[in-house]
Amino acid sequence: MMELTGIFEFLVAALLLASGALSLIAALGLLRLPDFFQRMHAPALATLGTWCVAIASIVNFSVIGANIDLRGTVVIILLAVTAPITTTLLARATVFRQRSTAFLDQEQRPSDEHDAGLHNSHKGEEV
Amino acid sequence: MTSVLALAIPATLVCFALAIALATLRLMRGPSAQDRIQALDFIYVNGMLVVLVLGIRYASSMYFEAALLMGVFGFVSSTALAKFLFRGEVIE
Repeated sequence: MMELTGIFEFLVAALLLASGALSLIAALGLLRLPDFFQRMHAPALATLGTWCVAIASIVNFSVIGANIDLRGTVVIILLAVTAPITTTLLARATVFRQRSTAFLDQEQRPSDEHDAGLHNSHKGEEV
Repeated sequence: MTSVLALAIPATLVCFALAIALATLRLMRGPSAQDRIQALDFIYVNGMLVVLVLGIRYASSMYFEAALLMGVFGFVSSTALAKFLFRGEVIE
């Protein structure tokens, strides 16, 4: 076990503080932006913050354990793979819901009989 | 624990706590369901970050597995909820 010293300590501290600031900015954006599609951009900053924490963790454990410890890379890869999938699915679901409610308003139908899930047959006509 | 990290780690944790509180506000207020799902996903990511920072604080690499599990479960729950909004059912 070695102690974290000198430049490595400052590097870890700077990365941690940067990730905290990024996460706070992302939360403010999530709260303050007016539209859903604008609010969707905010959590990408949290992904950047996660990368900062993972790099800080790699540096920390590599210096403490005195050999290279790359387990933080798994977190980076996990976030890089999963964040776009969630974002794309949510955006598509939002577009679908807005389109189906606009379609229902246009057709003057009672909206309680037609949930968002029951409207697959009309999707092709609207696009 | 050296002095710079002893200052930086609590400041970072306070930032994450504030971010989670703001996202909880959006989770309760959110006008539509997709806003709430977005806020929940953000809260999951921030919880994972808190666990990673605690792993640095206590110099234990056991926290990695917990953080990875939180990341995977956050992804699965957000995807399932988005699929539910899309189709009305999760698995068809």
